[in-house]
Amino acid sequence: MNLQDYSVSRSSKAARVAAILAAVTLLVLIAAPWWAGRADMRLMGELFLYLSLATLWNLMAGYAGLVSVGQQAYVGFGGYMLFALTMLGGLHPLAAIAAAGVLGALISIPVAVLIFRLRGAYFAIGTWVIAEVFRLSFAQISALGGGSGSSLPVAIVKSLASGRAMREALSYWLALGAAVLVVTAVYLFLRSRQGLALTAIRDNELAAGSLGIDIWRTKFIVYVVTSAFTAMIGALIFLQKLRISPDAAFSVNDWTAFVIFIVVIGGIGTIEGPIIGTLVFFALRETLADLGTTYLIVLGVVAIVVMLKAPKGIWGVIRSRYDLQLFPLGYRVKHIGQSKEN
Amino acid sequence: MEWLNAIVQGTLLGGLYALFAAGLSLIFGVMRLVNIAHGDLIVLAAYLGLTVTTATGMHPMAALVIVVPAMALIGYALQRGLLNQTLGDDILPPLLVTFGLSVIIQNGLLEVYTADPQTLNAGALETASVAVGGVALGILPLLTFGIAIAVIWGLQWTFYHTALGRAFRAVSDNQDIAQLMGLNRRHIFGLAMALALGVTAIAGILLGIRTSFDPSIGGGRLIFGFEAVIIGGLGNLWGTLVGGVILGVAQTIGAKIDPGWQVLAGHIAFLVILAIRPNGLFPRISG
Amino acid sequence: MPDPILQTHGLNSYYGDFQALYDVELDVGEGEVLAIIGANGAGKTTLMRSITGLLTNGPCQILYRGQDISRLRADEVAELGLAMVPEGRQLFPSLSVKENLMIGAQVGRKGPWDLKAVYDLFPILEERKDQASTSLSGGQQQMVAIGRALMANPDLILFDEVSLGLAPIIIKDIYEALPGIIGEGMSAIIVEQDITKALSVSSRVYCLQEGRVSLESASDTVSREDISRAYFGIE
Repeated sequence: MNLQDYSVSRSSKAARVAAILAAVTLLVLIAAPWWAGRADMRLMGELFLYLSLATLWNLMAGYAGLVSVGQQAYVGFGGYMLFALTMLGGLHPLAAIAAAGVLGALISIPVAVLIFRLRGAYFAIGTWVIAEVFRLSFAQISALGGGSGSSLPVAIVKSLASGRAMREALSYWLALGAAVLVVTAVYLFLRSRQGLALTAIRDNELAAGSLGIDIWRTKFIVYVVTSAFTAMIGALIFLQKLRISPDAAFSVNDWTAFVIFIVVIGGIGTIEGPIIGTLVFFALRETLADLGTTYLIVLGVVAIVVMLKAPKGIWGVIRSRYDLQLFPLGYRVKHIGQSKEN
Repeated sequence: MEWLNAIVQGTLLGGLYALFAAGLSLIFGVMRLVNIAHGDLIVLAAYLGLTVTTATGMHPMAALVIVVPAMALIGYALQRGLLNQTLGDDILPPLLVTFGLSVIIQNGLLEVYTADPQTLNAGALETASVAVGGVALGILPLLTFGIAIAVIWGLQWTFYHTALGRAFRAVSDNQDIAQLMGLNRRHIFGLAMALALGVTAIAGILLGIRTSFDPSIGGGRLIFGFEAVIIGGLGNLWGTLVGGVILGVAQTIGAKIDPGWQVLAGHIAFLVILAIRPNGLFPRISG
Repeated sequence: MPDPILQTHGLNSYYGDFQALYDVELDVGEGEVLAIIGANGAGKTTLMRSITGLLTNGPCQILYRGQDISRLRADEVAELGLAMVPEGRQLFPSLSVKENLMIGAQVGRKGPWDLKAVYDLFPILEERKDQASTSLSGGQQQMVAIGRALMANPDLILFDEVSLGLAPIIIKDIYEALPGIIGEGMSAIIVEQDITKALSVSSRVYCLQEGRVSLESASDTVSREDISRAYFGIE
């Protein structure tokens, strides 16, 4: 056995094929305003935003082990920051979205300091309490509509783009861009040294700690960054909805329950998982949503069954069957050709 | 005087919150499980009470005789049928499964009972009060507080003076060796959940008499119970009573300042305690 | 020759993918005291856990009085009359000394061992009966662990490394009390790293080495040489 016969590489044939397919798909998606109808574009935009939320939640829960049932705090916060900065601060909506991200990061810091004192499931409920605090607090601000909320003034909407078709295309591209940005950022992060540290922590916290990895700091950074991005997505969501209210902004169902189902069903702790989960979720929604509460019950049952029978989700099943990894994260050893005879 | 009244009402309210929390605390103590569906189970109990009282014309307090055993049975079945499968070192399965359960219960209740607010009709009990030193004490809140004390006392007694309590403590200490003592841990966990849901049933009925309820309020009840547990300190049932009282008083004082601030004041009190005493006031076990 | 109270045939045990025991065959006669010796990691505790049902095994046979118990849960095995003094004592920290003893009787079998009998055997435990069990010294904790197993009135009692972590004088005391503890027809398996002690109270000895039985002999006739070879696996 000769070491020269083996090479260590990141990617596999499947990953390269997937990358090419993804590039093609991306081009098609970018061109959507020219081939898709209005309703379809809205649907796809919503899909991209949910994909972003799911990828972010998965980074926190699946990789950093921080299971939050309170991310709606930042979705709502981002939404309200958009309204506040444009309506009261005179900012252009695009600038407001970016600022929402920064503000989201800033407010997540004291929050993290507080709730990191809790562990496991108590941490989860703690995040929910924070979301409730945000909701109740924003309901007190009459300048933003108090308990009944407010609508985005026409002038601000028009400042995005003067024509409706252009505005809808812009909304769509922002959503698509957000999804691409979030997935790429998460992927690059997990490939980096910080990301490796995170995977080590996830796999064995004790061992990781003994290697000198600062667990608290790594989790803290993940929490802050995830919250910042979530706030930006929240701003985008409510830019599309054009209306905000405390109950809609901080809804547990919309921004946490659905996101969790997406990640669990798709495959927690993988990048491909949230993508698959979002597609499955929207397929289910389009076919079952008329059933209202039954639809939610079905979702709950599916999530439980998946968690008990296939905890790695759909992608987990595919991956273990076919040893696939479309987003190359590990290293592979490959045998190259024949060795030369001396 | 008004402030004294607020403090007294808050204290009595704490009794209800302690009842919310007792079941949560028990389950965490025995099997380190936090049931996200706990609040929804409280609401389920209230709805069961509604069905029983509507069907039989019984007084809600009398309906306890049916609802408590029913919920205990549900608890045993739930634990052995579903939740035992989630126990282990990974925190994700129990969290996500109970979260799914929460969604199922909420929407199930929505399907069966609709979103209309309901209450349990307890007649005179709802408004009767007795005047003590210038403060009007409602009979229902007094009764609730008394029941909370009795329940916690009962649970403590069960834990520390019965064979079942010994079994609970042994299994929570060391599952393997407890099995060597002839204890079937799946059965023991089932009994623990049955006991917890029996207590939850009491909390649900008292809640239903006190306020109107609908399928969506479960999350809020879970949070109140959770806050009482954290303020009081993990693993200490009497601490949970204190935690409930502190929460109740914070809420009623907040409401006095501005009615819209009631719940928020409670959350803030919780966060303050979390900041200065992260393990709660009287902790016995660490998270 | 009376039937053995315990027999294992082809016992293979795994921790996940790792195989810890290979085809172990052993038997314990009624009323017999059997010693099992071996180095750390040889598989002694794995063997004990397999017998008591704490470890699930591959297809094999563990016969207790002729009944196959290999598929039974640990609590079911306990009800049949097996009790163990676990390695490292493993008392219940949330229970007092007295409560640890009482929970030993949880399995509900009748016999000569009750609280009074255990207190007669180890008077110090009665003095400390309401104390937290983990506040006692190592030797006293061992007494509690032994008492807890006795309270189940077992027919077969397993001692897993009772001398571990104890001072020599305490070990001496415990082993002197052992014949009196076991007496009266109880069968016992004594797992030990201390070979002298193990041989002194047993009639037969097995040696385990890397998950396999490397020696079986009568305790009074086995030579030091044989033991060393079997213990360390030197041919």
